[in-house]
Amino acid sequence: MGTSLGFHIVFAVLGVGVPLLMATAEGIGLWRRDGTWIALARRWSSAFGILFAIGAVSGTVLSFELGLLWPGFMAFSGSIIGLPFSAEGFAFFLEAIFLGLYLYGWDRLGPIQHWLTGLPVALSGAASAVFVVMANAWMNSPSGFTLTNGRLASVDPVSAAFNAATPTETTHMLVSAYVVTGFVVASVYAAGMLRGRFDVHHRRGLLLGMAMAGIAVVLAGITGDTSARFIYGAQPAKFAAMEGLYATTRGAPIHLGGIPSDSEHRVLYAIEIPYGLSILAALDPNAEVRGLDSFPGDQRPNPIVVHLSFDTMVGLGLGLGTLALIFWAAVLRSRRLPKNRLLLWCLVAAGPAAVVTMEAGWFVTEFGRQPWVVYGIIRTVVAATPAPGLGIVFIVFTAIYVALAVTLSRLLLLLARRNRERAKPPPGTEA
Amino acid sequence: MSAADAAATLLWLSLTAYAVLAGADFGGGVWDIFASGPRKQAQRRAVARAMGPVWEANHVWLIFMITGLFTTFPVAFSSLAIALFIPVTISLMGIVLRGAAFAFRAHGREAVGPTSPWGIVFGGSSIVTPFFLGTAAAAVATGAIRITDGKVVSGFGDGWTTAFAVVIGLLAVALCAYLAAAYLMVETEDDPTLQADFRSRALFASVASGGLALVGLWLAYAQEPRVWSDLSGNGLLLTLLALINGPIALWGVWRLRPGVVRVAVAAQMTLVLWAWAVGQWPYLVPPDLTIAAVAAPASTLRAWLVVTGGGMILLLPSLALLFRVFKARNPAAA
Ligand code: HDD
Ligand code: HEM
Ligand code: HEM
Repeated sequence: MGTSLGFHIVFAVLGVGVPLLMATAEGIGLWRRDGTWIALARRWSSAFGILFAIGAVSGTVLSFELGLLWPGFMAFSGSIIGLPFSAEGFAFFLEAIFLGLYLYGWDRLGPIQHWLTGLPVALSGAASAVFVVMANAWMNSPSGFTLTNGRLASVDPVSAAFNAATPTETTHMLVSAYVVTGFVVASVYAAGMLRGRFDVHHRRGLLLGMAMAGIAVVLAGITGDTSARFIYGAQPAKFAAMEGLYATTRGAPIHLGGIPSDSEHRVLYAIEIPYGLSILAALDPNAEVRGLDSFPGDQRPNPIVVHLSFDTMVGLGLGLGTLALIFWAAVLRSRRLPKNRLLLWCLVAAGPAAVVTMEAGWFVTEFGRQPWVVYGIIRTVVAATPAPGLGIVFIVFTAIYVALAVTLSRLLLLLARRNRERAKPPPGTEA
Repeated sequence: MSAADAAATLLWLSLTAYAVLAGADFGGGVWDIFASGPRKQAQRRAVARAMGPVWEANHVWLIFMITGLFTTFPVAFSSLAIALFIPVTISLMGIVLRGAAFAFRAHGREAVGPTSPWGIVFGGSSIVTPFFLGTAAAAVATGAIRITDGKVVSGFGDGWTTAFAVVIGLLAVALCAYLAAAYLMVETEDDPTLQADFRSRALFASVASGGLALVGLWLAYAQEPRVWSDLSGNGLLLTLLALINGPIALWGVWRLRPGVVRVAVAAQMTLVLWAWAVGQWPYLVPPDLTIAAVAAPASTLRAWLVVTGGGMILLLPSLALLFRVFKARNPAAA
């Protein structure tokens, strides 16, 4: 499940972000009557057609896997959080329908009509991300039901969907999707520029990608900070593991990096910022932060994974923010794109880095919640399937994913080359 | 009708939509791999052109059904997931590979040749998926899945490995192929030779599915008392309709009547599914799970019905638009 999700999420975030970029580019093109912007959107759309298909099939695997791998979890939670999943189903539907119109409708619909079919794609992509993360937020902060003797007594699916973690988690996830898309797109064009391609497509693609990334990365920092403060109150064990804090402390420091050691009850080799954690958690240097030691041994997440993942996310997040800042400072000062190779190399690296940042964030959420599938209610081990042969299934699916990823990247490269060859005589008047 | 019955009806309807619409897409894959004769490539192009804009939307009916099932009948969902783990997992791999292979070919046609491995994967997974989904359906219908106290007690191989299940699996493949060939015949009206190719394929698939259906009925009579009593009980009317509709559809294909073909061929798939559904009503997973007994709490059912109703208001016009733009008669030849 973790593998499928980790795979799916990469396509999912592009599925959220790319339609917005396409709609923006096409919108600018229509507004300014400028065919190159539209040609840019059109190029993205053919690559996106493939990405979307992979997103769709990997997502289908997930919807089955919920039952195949976690029947115990679904039997319990289905009636409680099925609602956002069903709503997500409609969001997919609209996305798939309008994407069909958008991808295959370039020559069949009028320019404005065509642009209008792109908007529901962008909207329903964002909506599907919000809905599915609502379900995940419920796993972190279950509500909307009552239990009698361990059995479901009453269910309120609406308040389950709008649980306490929903506001922080959905917003942080949504802006992260734009962060990743922005940097990935920028990274592709920066790579082209390093090979000497500074044509109008590359310039505009880079600018648009960095515009999205720059705005979103700031929002990701703000919403991430809110998330962290929410976790401090709602999931203290996760918070302690994120920070590698063992003893309950007043005026707790932040540990940057380092390896939490269960035997020594402290983080080894870390840089400490005194009072940092208390300030972060409660805006009060003397606030008390619960440590891992205050939880029974079987209720602690693995601090090594969670702490390192958290530091990876925050570290890379800050790095990406700094990069965006430098880029825009350079652009605004010299009024043209920087050709500095070091900066371009950093931009190339930023795409994969943003994906890693996001995956690390999910590791924090998911491993930080362990040993629970549904926080405080169901343990992960109880929810698993009794079916045999899971190892084989896992290997086969992983092999399929690898084959898909390899073919996909080969194909995208070929597509890019083909686009370039076609573009040599400047693109026609699509507008 | 209770809220649980309404939910079950909607789920059966979405299964039907999936079978009729996505079934044709799987059938397209069958005709892609069995493309033959001088117009081989033209046949493949016709399949790709017909599927391209719509297959993803068609595919979402499955997602809709799955999410709906685990919301409204969570225990049935998890029991089915355990009991049918093997055939469903295989279908799932088929679904993944089919979708990916189609996308790789459709968007990278010049990059990946028609003889590439993905072409074989596309056709192969289009056969494997409906086959195993068919066997899984047979396992449910024959009552082979046993559940006691919310736990599955039947084995992982029960129900879907019988002779009856194999015939139903083959029937599912044949019906998909039939749907695809019939629709393609309608969609290639502006190219009579190509149309003739699909007509002969439709005739073949029609006879094959008719034959398999009769064998299935005979096996049900001989070996699967539960299915036989369902089909000859509650489901009798629909079973008879299916038997009458078969020749009508065949006639439509024979005489090249697009109006008849469109309706009658889709009706064939629909009637088979509904004869089963109505036959086993009020059971969801016979003989242990009834619709009423495994339904989610009323608050969930109501919320789901409201969300589904609201969603349909957005969905149906959008779908109509999609099909109008791409499936209207004689669309500007792409
Ligand atoms: C590229 C994307 C990205 C960036 C730049 C950041 N994050 Fe993040 N973060 C995610 C991508 C992400 C994520 C993958 O999207 C997660 C996983 C679950 C979720 O909702 O968002 C996440 C989860 C997540 C959580 C756990 C939420 C939970 O378990 O419910 C916290 C506490 C933070 N983030 C905090 C931060 C902070 C303080 C950041 C400051 C720099 C930050 N994130 C930047
Ligand atoms: C890209 C996003 C996600 C990733 C990378 C991810 C990964 C993981 C990981 C690593 C675990 C812990 C595995 C373990 O300790 O054994 C886990 C647990 C789980 N996650 Fe996620 N997850 C993601 C999002 C989600 C979402 C959105 C849902 C569902 C709504 C979900 C459902 C689950 C479930 C049911 C478990 C419990 C079983 C388990 O421990 O594997 N996850 N996930
Ligand atoms: C972790 C967060 C997740 C996010 C942000 C997310 C978001 C998305 C998005 C935006 C799409 C559209 C496809 C694309 O554009 O490539 C998509 C597809 C899909 N997702 Fe997810 N998803 C997540 C996890 C899940 C989970 C846990 C499930 C399981 C139920 C799931 C099921 C699906 C399905 C079935 C599709 C295919 C829809 C189609 O056919 O169009 N996703 N997802």
